[in-house]
Amino acid sequence: MTQEYRVLLEHADKINPESAADYIQVGGYKGLEKARSMNPKDLTEEVKKSGLRGRGGAGFNAGMKWSFVPQYPETKYVVCNFDEGEPGTYKDRIICQKNAQALLEGMAICGHAIGSNNGYIYCRGEYPFVVEMLKKAIGNAKESGALGEFNIEVRMGAGAYVCGEETALIESIEGHRGEPRFKPPFPGVEGLWRMPTVVNNVETFACLPYIMTNGADWFAGIGAKSYPGTKVLTLTGDIENPTYFEVPTDYLLRDVIYELGGGVKGGKKLKAVQVGGTSGAFIPSQNLDTPIDFDSMGAIGAALGSGAVFVMDESRDIVDIINRIAKFFEHESCGQCTPCREGTFRCKEIMERINTGRGSLKDIENLKVLARIMQKASLCGLGQAAPIPITSTLEHFEYEYLRKLV
Amino acid sequence: MDIKLTIDGKEIEVPQGTMLLEACRKAGADIPTFCYDPDLKLAGSCRMCVVQPKGWRNLVASCVTPAQNGMVIETESSDVVEARKVVLELMLARHKLTCHTCEKDGECNLQDYCYRYGVTESRFAGKVHNLFKDDSNPFIERDYDKCVMCTRCVRACEEITGARAINVMDRGHHAHIATAYDGSLEDSPCVFCGQCIMVCPVGALSSKIAAGQGKPAQNDKVMTTCTYCGTGCTFELNVKNDKIVGVTSNRDAEWSPVNKGALCVKGRFGWDFVNSPERLTTPLIKENGEFRPASWDEALDLAADKIKAVKEQYGPDSISMFSSARITNEENYLAQKLMRAAIGSNNVDHCARL
Amino acid sequence: MTNSINELENDAKCVFLIGTNTTENHPVIGYKIRQNVLKNGAKLIVADPRRIELAELADVYLPFKPGTDVALFNGMMNVIISEGLADREFIETRTEGYEAMAKVVENYPPEAAAEICGVDAADIIKAARLYAESEASSVCYAMGLTQHTTGTDNVKSCCNLALLTGNLGKPGTGVNPLRGQNNVQGACDMGALPVVFTAYQAVTNDEAREKFEKAWGVKLSGVNGLTLTKTINKAYEGEVKGLIVIGENPMVSDPDLHHVEEALDKLDFLIVQDIFLTETAQKADIVLPGVSFVEKDGTFSNTERRVQRVRKAVSNVGDSRQDWEILCELSTRLGYPMSYNSPEEIFEEIRTLTPSYAGMTYARLEGKGLPWPCPNEDHPGTPFLHKEKFNRGLGLFHAIEYLEPAELPDEEYPIILTTGRSLYHYHTGTMTRKAKGLDEYMPENVVQINTELAKDMNIIDGEVVRVATRRGNIELKAEVIDGIRENVIFTYFHFAEAAANVLTNADVLDPVAGIPEYKVSAARLEKIQ
Repeated sequence: MTQEYRVLLEHADKINPESAADYIQVGGYKGLEKARSMNPKDLTEEVKKSGLRGRGGAGFNAGMKWSFVPQYPETKYVVCNFDEGEPGTYKDRIICQKNAQALLEGMAICGHAIGSNNGYIYCRGEYPFVVEMLKKAIGNAKESGALGEFNIEVRMGAGAYVCGEETALIESIEGHRGEPRFKPPFPGVEGLWRMPTVVNNVETFACLPYIMTNGADWFAGIGAKSYPGTKVLTLTGDIENPTYFEVPTDYLLRDVIYELGGGVKGGKKLKAVQVGGTSGAFIPSQNLDTPIDFDSMGAIGAALGSGAVFVMDESRDIVDIINRIAKFFEHESCGQCTPCREGTFRCKEIMERINTGRGSLKDIENLKVLARIMQKASLCGLGQAAPIPITSTLEHFEYEYLRKLV
Repeated sequence: MDIKLTIDGKEIEVPQGTMLLEACRKAGADIPTFCYDPDLKLAGSCRMCVVQPKGWRNLVASCVTPAQNGMVIETESSDVVEARKVVLELMLARHKLTCHTCEKDGECNLQDYCYRYGVTESRFAGKVHNLFKDDSNPFIERDYDKCVMCTRCVRACEEITGARAINVMDRGHHAHIATAYDGSLEDSPCVFCGQCIMVCPVGALSSKIAAGQGKPAQNDKVMTTCTYCGTGCTFELNVKNDKIVGVTSNRDAEWSPVNKGALCVKGRFGWDFVNSPERLTTPLIKENGEFRPASWDEALDLAADKIKAVKEQYGPDSISMFSSARITNEENYLAQKLMRAAIGSNNVDHCARL
Repeated sequence: MTNSINELENDAKCVFLIGTNTTENHPVIGYKIRQNVLKNGAKLIVADPRRIELAELADVYLPFKPGTDVALFNGMMNVIISEGLADREFIETRTEGYEAMAKVVENYPPEAAAEICGVDAADIIKAARLYAESEASSVCYAMGLTQHTTGTDNVKSCCNLALLTGNLGKPGTGVNPLRGQNNVQGACDMGALPVVFTAYQAVTNDEAREKFEKAWGVKLSGVNGLTLTKTINKAYEGEVKGLIVIGENPMVSDPDLHHVEEALDKLDFLIVQDIFLTETAQKADIVLPGVSFVEKDGTFSNTERRVQRVRKAVSNVGDSRQDWEILCELSTRLGYPMSYNSPEEIFEEIRTLTPSYAGMTYARLEGKGLPWPCPNEDHPGTPFLHKEKFNRGLGLFHAIEYLEPAELPDEEYPIILTTGRSLYHYHTGTMTRKAKGLDEYMPENVVQINTELAKDMNIIDGEVVRVATRRGNIELKAEVIDGIRENVIFTYFHFAEAAANVLTNADVLDPVAGIPEYKVSAARLEKIQ
């Protein structure tokens, strides 16, 4: 029987997330203590060894990311990406609401590794209540002395999806338009206020205390080898049990849906699953026996992304869903680079045409061209990933398009 | 330390930190660009300059990608060409195609690149914006239905002039260049220097003073020095049919050492007095309180007679000359020479004190 | 300028602007200073009775009383000396006269200077430290500093400050007058001044005179001539009988226009050579149509002493003639034949008589020109002066006491009137008033009045008010602003129909330079019922 394996959420609802004392009682801030007893280089090595990879979507090795930060500049920043803008994703909110202190501890551990006492949490604008809670949690942790010299400020987004992209997020903290920067230079070298900066996701930071207390080997032994640890997933759509689960990363997608999720709602047949948020690929039912880890998902042309699992039953109109997704990206493109600014708009136009029965084969051809160039030539991940739902459904569900053509 | 890389089969060496764009150009590749401007911060956003590094998943914008040792770059691979064509088509899809009346016709990057890549029309044609709004200032025409959103104007406004009058407003396809609250330039910190016109790669920004008199691409250009303040900015006079029809910038420091093409409102938009119907076209002699036209011989003879008469009666120091801070060195030299050698007095001055 | 324009963007670590509204009057130089502040973090000190655009970026803004420049400089130097910030080595090796200067400066502790200038002593101290402590400090000024009865003193004080801190002879430093007219530098270089031949060779110097006599084949006067302002006064007094005016418009540009008009009316003849029938030309007996800058070849010398080419782009308008040809024709008719084939040929003659231009040829000037001195054809020109020594050898300090402006506010005329230029117009408006866009954008003159003063007088923005001085009065639209000292009003002098120079003072001039005190006139503001 497949079941949850809770690490980050072990004490969920049993402790007050605002209270450092509660957290310390269940073993909290031990990891930071241990980290601070190590020299930063060894600490970074330890994190590298744990195999922890970014939980925000890109899956980059966390320790590796930290190791790019040069030692010499005095001012460096630790930034937590809590923009959580992917529709259907709310796992970072859950982690904060259940275990906020672990996030703070994780950021302080990172701070020790790179030599920074300046932390920022960039919280999505739709979570004002979580901001309040986080501020209290930070105040409490500072008062308790658990964070030591490490400071954390909370900044709020204004509802732009693109600000989940780390460099757009940095621009936003600086008070500019939320537009991604070109890379290199990467934030590790030139980030916030042009100083070296580590940007990690909430879940990534929250793993760190447990890696420190239980050891890198322990963490590396959980779940899939290439993407170890647990992952908090959020189930939405046509599912019996639409909630969140923390699972080891080697669980099969089928088990997540049918065991934990209780199967497709109303016992209907499954048509497709979209994993990782709005830019995720649509996975047809024949690919359900794939582990959810980063690389296995990649192998079927999908992405674990943020860990959102959107289930669609047999009655769903794929083209209509893609049309909505196209609208979403047209709305959320920052407008900086040509392929994304114009491409998302034209994709939406074409999808509207097809969805309302006015499309032609030529439209499908043009859609493919657009998707290819957006993926290859856009400035940031948004534009590069925006066409994935289109390309994946044209691959697996082309007949749904064809039947809507003129 | 130098970096070795291969561009279109040609091995070249460039210093560490060189961007691919520069390396490609050094290797002889003609890389098209919209948002790149050597005098402005990099944007990397138009994606026209994309090239293909061998073994990389995606194309890279050469203007913002540092060259790396051992890179193998193709600048006109089929993927690159397809991407550039699509970028052009996406721009064309929203572009007001009025090339026939456009001031930029003949030196427009969009036009030139569409020609180069054989892009005659856009597969993605659809809704257009009609962003154009009347901006009643007398100097700068803003037609954002021709804008390609390269943001060079925004950067020039901030990084050359420092006026910071314009920026990008709204997101995605709705993004457009605007003043704060999308008002008119007159109500913004704009100082009408026209640096935005200087850097615009298309016809979105143009001079209202020069409009309709001659497309800059077809005009003759004569480099000269500004006639207003003492900064000594140089610019190109645009000439058509023996008439001044505009002023444009030459940004080459070899020709524009002081201003590198940057101008102020007077330099860029204040030249049309030379065509004023009020210009003097013939010598005038006053008789009974009224001017009448005269021949040069008549006027000069009369002038000489008057000078000679006063000089004879009252001496040379009873005559003065105001030379001019407006005329050339050569003319000032002759003026004081005339005063000193021909009239015999040092009574020559000009408005240096005023 | 002792130094070059681009140093203000790239090399200066601190820029001190006094009496220059740079972004309006030298816009491109203004951009460069602004970029230096924004991009490189250069320090900026602005001293001006008006809160000019660049004041917004300034580390210290000193809204001092018009005409108190010397007190401000002395106050700053007092701080520099007392805090040990002076450049001792520079003073010892490259200057003289320090002791006398320092003695005078002792009388200007910042509090005393602040009292005279109407600013905070703390700001004077801050400005002094910024200027003295920066690695390279440049002081720039324009007519705001010079158009005073103490204009020469002001400039000398400026030099004192630079000498005291060793801010001369290095990139990014210098004493930098920003000259207001395209070729005012060249007109001076060419000897269009009553006391010198080209390159500032004194007419009273026998050797210089002999050189020119030999070259020109004629006996020359060794008596200093009349300045422009004196000429008008002498014409008024009947001593000057004839006047030739080339491309100038004293009927708008000179102080006390009623006085100017009367003076011109008294002349036996007035010959005007211009491109328009200016207010001055209208008073002429003979008008000779010259050509504008687009119709001529030649050279202009800019404020950084760079000689650049001017190139003919179109034919003469109508029957107008090249100005150099007119001068040759007239000279020839006066019995002194002058004949050249081209401006280049004239330039060739110039450089044989002008040591600082000797190395220049049209071929060498073709691209980016050359800054003088350029003594020979292999010389690359001189971007900044005084590198190893000053022209006179050692830099000379001047001991200068503060003197009040000539015409101070009193009960009858309680306000200080100061004048200047707008970004959108140029000098007497001869050109810009005929440029369609410029005149449409700014068609009429205004008087800037402080909000508090306007409130006291019940004047609202846009209301037409009368500005009166002892010379006359004009009616102007009020522009009510915060950014001007409370008892100071400002107006532009470009507009013949509402000419600021009706109001200004021709009686008092700087005793050395003969410059009128445009920046301080006692005035009265009147509501029109």
